[in-house]
Amino acid sequence: MSLSDGDMATIWLTLRLATTVTILLLIFATPVGWWLARTKSWFKGPLSAIVALPLVLPPTVLGFYLLLAMGPNGAIGQFTQALGLGTLPFTFWGLVVASMVYSLPFVVQPIQNSIEAIGNRPLEAAATLGAGPIDRFFTVVLPLAKPGFMTATILGFAHTVGEFGIVLMIGGSIPGETRVVSVQIYDHVESLEYVQAHALSGVMIVFSFVVLLLLYTFQRKNKAVGMTYGS
Amino acid sequence: MKIMKLLGFILLSVCTFGAEAKSVHVAVAANFSNTMKSLVKEFEKTSDYQIALSFGSSGKFYAQIKQGAPYELFFSADQAKPDALQKNGLVMANSRFTYATGRLALWSARPDFANKIETKLKEGTFNKLAFANPKLAPYGAATLEVLKYLSLIESTQSKWVRGENVAQTYQFVSSGNADLGFIALSQLLGTKKVKQDSYWLVPNYMHHPIKQDVVLLRSAEKSQGARAFLDFIHSNKAKNIIAEYGYLAPNSLNVEQDL
Repeated sequence: MSLSDGDMATIWLTLRLATTVTILLLIFATPVGWWLARTKSWFKGPLSAIVALPLVLPPTVLGFYLLLAMGPNGAIGQFTQALGLGTLPFTFWGLVVASMVYSLPFVVQPIQNSIEAIGNRPLEAAATLGAGPIDRFFTVVLPLAKPGFMTATILGFAHTVGEFGIVLMIGGSIPGETRVVSVQIYDHVESLEYVQAHALSGVMIVFSFVVLLLLYTFQRKNKAVGMTYGS
Repeated sequence: MKIMKLLGFILLSVCTFGAEAKSVHVAVAANFSNTMKSLVKEFEKTSDYQIALSFGSSGKFYAQIKQGAPYELFFSADQAKPDALQKNGLVMANSRFTYATGRLALWSARPDFANKIETKLKEGTFNKLAFANPKLAPYGAATLEVLKYLSLIESTQSKWVRGENVAQTYQFVSSGNADLGFIALSQLLGTKKVKQDSYWLVPNYMHHPIKQDVVLLRSAEKSQGARAFLDFIHSNKAKNIIAEYGYLAPNSLNVEQDL
């Protein structure tokens, strides 16, 4: 089983993309998940629905609308051009933005659920002991909601690695910039290069299994600690 | 009791569905879909056979047919997939012929590019050049030959964006994300909205002909309907429709001289 240089380049690009997207999503999704878990506002329903929307549309259709929106005549495209950044399609950062939209519910929802599960009491207790909001978040919420954050990280990363339809739509298959593993495998299959497709798919499956196994094993141990703490 | 009635109803409808006139299952390369719909409309006017169309990429159809997909005819976007199927003994070799030869066009959706398409390409005054992935699509492979013929490979390479097929390449250009794109002439003639000065019809001598072959699958050897439809594709009526959509139909020399 041998991988070509082109195959290797797609693997590195995919890892870079998935890591970037996961980190940015954790930063972005934490306040959103926090707010959704704690709020009693009427806006909770609409915002939850917006967060879950990427689950509804088929990825190629979602990709098509992102292509229109991020293009020179689209709203996002006009905005990025006004900032002097040019347009996003066919660039690495275009893929990052699209992947963030696509994986958003997979990161927000586990975080929201785990914060909801903590309830008010630990936070109130911390407040009576004089902990400010930021202190409470880092010393109470974060440790207690750790399993939720782990799940969010795993799902966000895995979902981005497995992404295909959107990348195909807005990527333009540029080597080293937008040609990720899933697209490369697809190209191999479509051009009847089944041996190369099998090799690359095999690597992806083994790699993904190992990563998921490590994270789930870690998470299980962690969950056990959390449960003894809670009871 | 209600449930029994419902079950009976479902059973009955399934049976009547099965008794319907048998339709001919045809797999068609995506670039030919508009043309094929017109052909089927014309065919069904005079025939009792129904044609059930599936559109997709030739590579996917190849994989499906190898795994026993129930298609009877396969209109490929190239000659490579019919070749491969023939080597596997899955097609009736004598049924195979070139039903259409594709024409390549360089198109821009920008009004200020009108009449200057060819110049813009040669000057390099555009943001992106879109074309179908040469590995997957014959139109992409032809594009590379044209760029090579014009000695533009190196100067344009940094601006290349590749679509999975010509349909996606069309979207890259129509959405304004790429100033220029090499697509199939049939896509422009199909929509009818496109002005003639918005594209440059690439001369035939700049690339190998984009020949698209059809084959009758061995599993459908005895299918009368599939044979009838193939005969229709050979007819002059069908050839005229194919030429209308911007392809060179087999033996239609009159269209070939418009360079």
